[in-house]
Amino acid sequence: MTEDPTATFRVEAGELLDQVEQGLLDLGHRLGDMALVNAVFRGLHTLKGSGAMFGFDALAAFTHHCESAFDRVRKGEVPATAELVSVILSARDHMAALVDGAAPQAEGDAILARLAAAVEAARGGGAPAEAAPVGAQQGVRLFFRLPADAMANGTNPLMLLDELRELGEAEVRVRTDTLPPLGALVPNECHLGWDVTLRGDITREAIEDVFIFVMDDMTLEIAPLGDAAPAGVVPVAETPPATTIAAVAPVAAPAIVASAAVSPAVENVRVPADRLDALMDRVGELVIAQSRLSQLANNRHDLLLRSVTEDIERLSGELRDTMMVLRMVPVSSLFGRFRRLIHDLARDTGKAIELQTSGETTEVDKTVIERLFDPLVHIIRNSCDHGLESPADRIAAGKSETGLVRLSAHQAGGEVLITIVDDGRGIDRERVRAKGEANGLIEPGQQIADDELLGLIFHPGFSTAAQVTNLSGRGVGMDVVKRTIESLRGAINVASEPGKGSTITLRIPLTLAIIEGLLVRVGESRYVIPLSAVEECLELSLEDDLRSRGHSLITLRDRLVPFVRLRDLFSTGTRPDPHQKIVVVATGRERVGLVVDQIIGNHQTVIKSLSAFHRGVGSFSGATILGDGNVALILDVAQLVAMAQPREETLRAAS
Amino acid sequence: MTASILTVDDSASLRMAIRIALTGAGYAVTEAVDGADGLAKATGTRFDLIVTDLNMPNMDGLSMIRALRQQPAQAGVPIIFLSTESDAEMKAQAKAAGATGWLVKPFQPDQLIRVAQKVLGK
Repeated sequence: MTEDPTATFRVEAGELLDQVEQGLLDLGHRLGDMALVNAVFRGLHTLKGSGAMFGFDALAAFTHHCESAFDRVRKGEVPATAELVSVILSARDHMAALVDGAAPQAEGDAILARLAAAVEAARGGGAPAEAAPVGAQQGVRLFFRLPADAMANGTNPLMLLDELRELGEAEVRVRTDTLPPLGALVPNECHLGWDVTLRGDITREAIEDVFIFVMDDMTLEIAPLGDAAPAGVVPVAETPPATTIAAVAPVAAPAIVASAAVSPAVENVRVPADRLDALMDRVGELVIAQSRLSQLANNRHDLLLRSVTEDIERLSGELRDTMMVLRMVPVSSLFGRFRRLIHDLARDTGKAIELQTSGETTEVDKTVIERLFDPLVHIIRNSCDHGLESPADRIAAGKSETGLVRLSAHQAGGEVLITIVDDGRGIDRERVRAKGEANGLIEPGQQIADDELLGLIFHPGFSTAAQVTNLSGRGVGMDVVKRTIESLRGAINVASEPGKGSTITLRIPLTLAIIEGLLVRVGESRYVIPLSAVEECLELSLEDDLRSRGHSLITLRDRLVPFVRLRDLFSTGTRPDPHQKIVVVATGRERVGLVVDQIIGNHQTVIKSLSAFHRGVGSFSGATILGDGNVALILDVAQLVAMAQPREETLRAAS
Repeated sequence: MTASILTVDDSASLRMAIRIALTGAGYAVTEAVDGADGLAKATGTRFDLIVTDLNMPNMDGLSMIRALRQQPAQAGVPIIFLSTESDAEMKAQAKAAGATGWLVKPFQPDQLIRVAQKVLGK
């Protein structure tokens, strides 16, 4: 890092301008969207401020005009119009040129002239009023008392008195009338009040300036000298009025003389996602071609060919890894969108909610991020709506008034763990049980493991809210959340402690484009089972097979696990191998055994999606091409489990 | 005695500008890149002043201020926050979290120094 803030500013300015541009483009479609107006305003505001701080005076002056225009839109004085948006867009380009230090002054003037015209056209007339200045006085008598926690929060009353003394000749007397008795005195609380007489030409603003940081919570009475005593409490003056846009006086732009060593900004290139997808496809095909080559080379004793093949193997592996990284984006882009949600939820529920996030730099495939948004919204809504208590209930429960929702992400192996924690009342197990019994999900009074009980909330149509509020209960249940997560080949888990809160954990694969799979053979064909779903592999002897033919269940550690003969399911018409294997797969708590003829081994592979004709085929989630050029279908574990599960339930009910 | 100041901001340029301004005025400046970093650097010591941004990744300014005020050792340490605009709601929140005062961005170096002198004395 160099000691040149200017170079750093250039990079930041580029990002800010991008945000402004995005905001403007969106605003062009939704002119009434105040959130966008505010976002654009903030971007311009920051740019102006930082520009001025780093000596980009022309940029600051130019941006100031655009910012002022937007400030008026923000305050509702001027509506956003398409013309205004388009002018500011061209202004944005001019700003970019100003950041680079090469912008023709005439261009800026022309834009500002257009801007003035656009604002004039948009507004109905009527300029904002100026604040009336307060007149001078002979002197003032004032009384102030700070909030008790002022000192703990870093305000030093002595500094305030020093500042008052700088305003004029001062006479200070302390009031100790509200001082608590010694026993009840907390040393860093402030219980004193001060009477101050100031002589001289003193304005109210000057006094308020001294107290600016504590104005909102303090007692401050100001009266002109001569009155018997300070009168009522002075109302708190708010921030000065909006800057008005002066008619477009051309900016006196001092040419920007940037430091001689202009260090270039780190360059970023935006690439449309479909180009990345196309590249990914090519890489996938390359990997397949490479594995065919490897197979051929291994069958020959040509050392030269083998060494070249190994090089290609290594390179294509690296290429694939690099490709993966290109698609990764930090989850901060996802988490950032929840701040607004929490804000709205707090407003709608009347609860005080704080959102804490961590691990925003964790990177996940872009497609995964996009598909995570809806489930997370639902989970966070649930936490805020059902989990967190009202402020009164929280205080009664001995908690802080503000409910906490913590969102965190971190990477563990090929997966990303996303946890949503709230410190609310926790899941009411009795209510879950009652609901589960009412819906026939469990037998009345049935003994059931705690996590299984909590797992009931993922059953379709399950909702524990005593009454449906306008936040949650929109017909989308946790079952949809679970299904979405599973379609991402992920898993969802819930834990909850009564009175302390709930934790929901999502495990999501880093990418959807590659799968770590178990390659198996059924009949003549080969299939891939996602390794993340595989729990264990067992042998199914011929005797066991014959014995179990009737009911398709095996006993696995005292639990009945249903199994599916893939040979039958796929109608291979082949005879079973003498040593069939059962691959036990699981989604959440549900397990199913898949009977295969042979387990070939681990296989990392690029997923090819099925064509539109095959979308309806339930048991497969995709396909992959093997090293020898053959196709292997990838099994959709969630579907297979769902297919086998009902049979187990009917069986359990019958026993 | 040189007063020590911790500046917490995720923007490298702003951090740099703050450091240059404050060291120029004779203060000793420590930098932190986000709330978590700021909290870690402040814990176990006592700066004379903390200047922090509010909107930051890895623990925002509000959470950091709250966490700091939980520590008895940080009672009375002035904390000035930087806010992009004079947003009354944000100010109230930061004040409630335990902040001492604020500085509205953009600011000139001398404004920053004036605020530092306001809470630290001259």
